Amino acid sequence: MLRTRVIPSLLLKGEGLVKTSRFKNPKYVGDPINAIKIFNDKEVDELVLLDITATNQSKGPAFETITQIASECFMPVAYGGGIATVDQMRRILNSGVEKVILNSVTFSDPAIVRQAADEFGSQAVIASMDIKRKLLGGYEVMSHSGTRKTGQEPVKWAKRMEECGAGEILLNAIDRDGMMGGYDLELVSRVSHAVSIPVIAAGGAGAVSDFAKATDAGAGAVSAGAMFVFHGPHRAVLITYPTRTQLAAMGS
Amino acid sequence: MITIVDYGTSNLGSMKNMLKKIGVETRFASTPSDVEDATKIIVPGVGAFDAGMRALNGSGMVPVLNRKALEERVPILGVCLGMQLMTRGSEEGKLEGLGWIAADTVRFDQAAHPGLRVPHMGWNEVRMRKPDAIVANMPEEARFYFAHSYHVACDVADDILLEASYGETFPAAVSRGNIVAAQFHPEKSHRFGMWLLRNFVEAR
Repeated sequence: MLRTRVIPSLLLKGEGLVKTSRFKNPKYVGDPINAIKIFNDKEVDELVLLDITATNQSKGPAFETITQIASECFMPVAYGGGIATVDQMRRILNSGVEKVILNSVTFSDPAIVRQAADEFGSQAVIASMDIKRKLLGGYEVMSHSGTRKTGQEPVKWAKRMEECGAGEILLNAIDRDGMMGGYDLELVSRVSHAVSIPVIAAGGAGAVSDFAKATDAGAGAVSAGAMFVFHGPHRAVLITYPTRTQLAAMGS
Repeated sequence: MITIVDYGTSNLGSMKNMLKKIGVETRFASTPSDVEDATKIIVPGVGAFDAGMRALNGSGMVPVLNRKALEERVPILGVCLGMQLMTRGSEEGKLEGLGWIAADTVRFDQAAHPGLRVPHMGWNEVRMRKPDAIVANMPEEARFYFAHSYHVACDVADDILLEASYGETFPAAVSRGNIVAAQFHPEKSHRFGMWLLRNFVEAR
């Protein structure tokens, strides 16, 4: 049986790791290499690494930092942030990263998803979608780290990404990010049932029980940020990961 | 020293990093002469079958690899697409494979298993099908990272070393003589991958 992947999501800002709340107020949580060594010891399923300023500061991917981090990862790692060309993807995948995460570029150039899938295989291409709840109901896909509206509706866009060859969807609920109050299960359910590729639920995980709720809603994998880097009501920085027994007990 | 075949479509960094972690030196081979004196070879690979086969053919390394695999019988480990390239061919493509393993590469049968999400992506447990030095002392609850939409289907059941289940039961690893191949990624499977790679280094 395939176990549900439980994926720590690490946010890179410059050289350091941060954690955001609703995509804002990045709080420094430590050095990436140190964090990854801890996650190695804990035998995490997979890692997501997102550079949250690469696109908006027009810097592109920080190849040296990515290479350094990847060389310490003995689990699969996916990188996103500032990727706009197939050449950049090739460079990232050659450095020891398994998957590229595409977001803003998919709106300006959807064909790049197909090019990436043809060249590297769908298993190496994650389409990331940052979703905001609209005031009057419904959802909208945002780009550029949640700062720009795309006019796209999540279910349609997820289907489009699947048709373009994406191997997975990383589904981030902006309103839940860092809140630790649970995933947006309605969103997870809608998108998961619309596509046949795995959907990684992201945004809101606060407890192991949230993982099972997300998989029940259809998620193929679950991601968490704050839950794995903060501890206690005052959000002291402490890197953790559930034990295999805890995960097994929750059926995830 | 392990020679990692670099035909331009693979993530070589991970393999090198993992082998370095267990104290094994590596070098990359991208031309036929790089392979000439190889004593242990890893054929990695990700992506589509034809793209991989085209790149491997284009590298000019196929004749010397054939000699290494079939005549000199040097230990060779294929990983993921590298495993699939060792079969006769794949439903994913039109090109002929290397044909080192009596097997074809087929797609997961979604028609027979409605609701099965493909690619098969994530950590799965494996069961041992036959004893072999390469799977000696298998850790309990050994699990490996898979990311694939196609898998090999062997003519000879005895070639199957490890099997896994996803919808159907399929070969997770095969071995025949000097040739070993794994569908999963040992280089991304924590201590379980280290165990398998160490066995390949020491036992083959």
